[in-house]
Amino acid sequence: MTTAPTTAPTRTEPAPVPEIIAHNANPQPSGWLSWLTTTDHKKIGIMYMAAGWLFFVVGGVEALVIRLQLAQADSTLITPQTYNALFTMHGTTMVFLFLIPMIAGFANYLVPLMIGARDMAFPKLNALSFWLLVAGGVVFYGSLLYSPAECGWTCYAPLSETAYSPTNGVDAWIFLIHLTGISSFIGALNIFVTIANMRAPGMTWSRVPLFVWTMLTQSILLIIALPVIAGAVTMLLTDRQFGTHFFDPSNGGSPMLWQHLFWFFGHPEVYILVLPAFGMISEILPVFARKPIFGYRAIVAATLGIAVIGTLVWAHHMFTTPLPYAVLILFMMGTFLIAIPTGVKIFNWAFTLWRGTIEFTVPTLFSIGFLFTFLLGGITGVFLAVFPVDWQLHDTYFVVAHFHYTIVGGAVFGILAGLYFWFPKFSGRMLGERLGKMSFWTIMIGFWVTFLIQHSAGLSGMPRRVYEYADVGNLEIYNLISTIGSFILAVGILLTIINIVVSVRSGAKAGPDPWKANTLEWFTPSPPPRNNFDTVPRVRSVEPMKDIRRQIERQDRRTEEAATPA
Amino acid sequence: MAAFLSIPVGGASAGIVAPESGGGTPNAEGIRSLYLLIGVLALIVFIGVCGLLIYTLVKYRASRGGVASQIHGNNKLEVSWTVGAALILVLISVVTFIKLGGIYEPPSSDARSLPLTSKVIPAADGRQKLPENGRVYQIDVNGLQYVWRYTYPDGDTNNLNNVFSYEEMVVPTGATVALRIYAQDVQHSWWIPKLGGKFDAVPGYVNYTWFNIKEPGVYKGQCAELCGRNHANMVAQVRALPPAKFKAWYDAQRAEIRNADDQAARARNLAVKASAGK
Repeated sequence: MTTAPTTAPTRTEPAPVPEIIAHNANPQPSGWLSWLTTTDHKKIGIMYMAAGWLFFVVGGVEALVIRLQLAQADSTLITPQTYNALFTMHGTTMVFLFLIPMIAGFANYLVPLMIGARDMAFPKLNALSFWLLVAGGVVFYGSLLYSPAECGWTCYAPLSETAYSPTNGVDAWIFLIHLTGISSFIGALNIFVTIANMRAPGMTWSRVPLFVWTMLTQSILLIIALPVIAGAVTMLLTDRQFGTHFFDPSNGGSPMLWQHLFWFFGHPEVYILVLPAFGMISEILPVFARKPIFGYRAIVAATLGIAVIGTLVWAHHMFTTPLPYAVLILFMMGTFLIAIPTGVKIFNWAFTLWRGTIEFTVPTLFSIGFLFTFLLGGITGVFLAVFPVDWQLHDTYFVVAHFHYTIVGGAVFGILAGLYFWFPKFSGRMLGERLGKMSFWTIMIGFWVTFLIQHSAGLSGMPRRVYEYADVGNLEIYNLISTIGSFILAVGILLTIINIVVSVRSGAKAGPDPWKANTLEWFTPSPPPRNNFDTVPRVRSVEPMKDIRRQIERQDRRTEEAATPA
Repeated sequence: MAAFLSIPVGGASAGIVAPESGGGTPNAEGIRSLYLLIGVLALIVFIGVCGLLIYTLVKYRASRGGVASQIHGNNKLEVSWTVGAALILVLISVVTFIKLGGIYEPPSSDARSLPLTSKVIPAADGRQKLPENGRVYQIDVNGLQYVWRYTYPDGDTNNLNNVFSYEEMVVPTGATVALRIYAQDVQHSWWIPKLGGKFDAVPGYVNYTWFNIKEPGVYKGQCAELCGRNHANMVAQVRALPPAKFKAWYDAQRAEIRNADDQAARARNLAVKASAGK
């Protein structure tokens, strides 16, 4: 009875601040140790992207040496052995050590933020993924100390068997495939489980951001394709080390088996690299056109369609091998089918811009560069799908040009658009606009000068993977143009690297939402705190940030109205 | 369409925007015209989409007072460009199947272009296409690091005493030359751009192609599948001679090989005698 008056708090006392006290919690490590031991998806994401940039530069320098060697006919700059090692390392590096980690970096950083989660589903597994990738890179580049592989990134048997590749370079390559493969596989499981289980309240499947949709699809493709290549390289390893003769025709093995297994992985791999870039473009274009994405459901359906058909067309890489006629026709028609969902996407992007108010920021420019470049890459793909035409174009510089238009024009330009778009979120600072635009134009000009002319080199009869050529027809001029272009391209990439280095310290402060974007990552401060969200907002549409901004505007107006006397 | 097929495309475009041809062999010509047909369709699509994009980018660039219309999509449009893309591909398929016969199935040889071996027994898997009368001049093409070896038919089944040559294949004009392509070490790929597409030489497998050259001349190519360090130096060429000149070359080559064989045999006998006499 006597305590009753004390239960009514007096208004003068401040309300007690709620506080969580954790016992026996270890202090967070700081400095470099915090990076080595982290399980935070954002730090792991940044490490992935840093590793990706490192290998991008290494792979790029390898490409420049290749282009220098080819600048002149009958060049003697480097030996055939060095040349073969260089294109093997260039292809392997760009696919397994640049693009895959770079995409994994974006996905790690962005997927939890976009779906309103506080981390990935399995943070420790996530750290393991990253360090396995580092191990793969170290093992592969370790072979520089003895004798790197010379069999190309496809490493066809029997050339990759001990009889024709006696040094251990191929074994190092196999080890790289295993390590980066396990890294990607558990990374894909992690992404899949995170997206399936950790979405914010209200984020139904029809409200999942398109980048997250493409990452979900990509992770399924990785889970399907990686075990097959793991099996194939294990068979190659046992062939080399224990004489199992899986790919040796003189002992009942088959070189065709290697090709089927490799391309069953290799073709989905193309979509594994390109789909996330599709997702980034689908996030960026609506923001700068200030319009919703055109045909959200169609784009999701096209993504899934590309993934399904993409796993069923691998033999179009093998049109010149001894395959039955029916197989040639089946795989030609299957490959035609892929053009349909891809075309649907391009029209959806074009119509996202239609009747918008397009702001030409650097992310917009790279997205537009992506559209034009990827369009040509897709169209030359139709030529290659027609198997009699492929008989002429296969294994020539036409194919080299085609896949650079799709992989650089698709994946790399998408990633650069994404970099300029999300860098403010990663670092809290904007990338320089002027330097960014200079970089964009240099990269575009450099790319088209390098690769457009390579179609002609291929049509003139120049096969790929040759360390020298005779100056028949205009081959020397074509190659010289291509080499000049490659150095322009390199300058453009260098400008973006300079931009990153400068802006990370002295770029303009970004604030939480510099672009007035649509998805949940922009709800957090830049860079986001360790736990990402103090409160996870309820999601009511595919553009939750737009809803939140509108709600705040309404509240402001109401308080203003309340404040101003009528 | 038919009118377009008959337009002679000048040699200037070869190697810049279209594959090479010029030996008069129907498969290379067929591939080239198929490529050009698809090229026309591709160009229309490319220009159309680029035009749409450029128009959109210019017309709807951000301007003062501009308002973006909040459209979420349009099912009719989605269906129409899906169907449109499908129709273009159906068109390409139709064109491909029309042209495929001439590329895939060899014509009969000229009556005067003998020596032709008698009927070839087609491969059991049915992958080797033969002309209607079944008569072809069949040459075996064997890829090895880093040279091509050709074996010419002599009518019997013993291939060990046949005429052969390295790097340069000599053939009669007007004859349908059927190639059996294989490899004895790693993979190679047979390719003479002006004589049609490339065909991989895969160890343990036999691959088939053919050509029928109208114009005498030398047609150059090289291995198109990475086969090791000197892959770039594994060149090939086909010399097409009128039938009479071909016959003369063949006889000379056979005499030369016989002569060399005889000399080798004599040297061997001398060595055997010498060792027996000791």
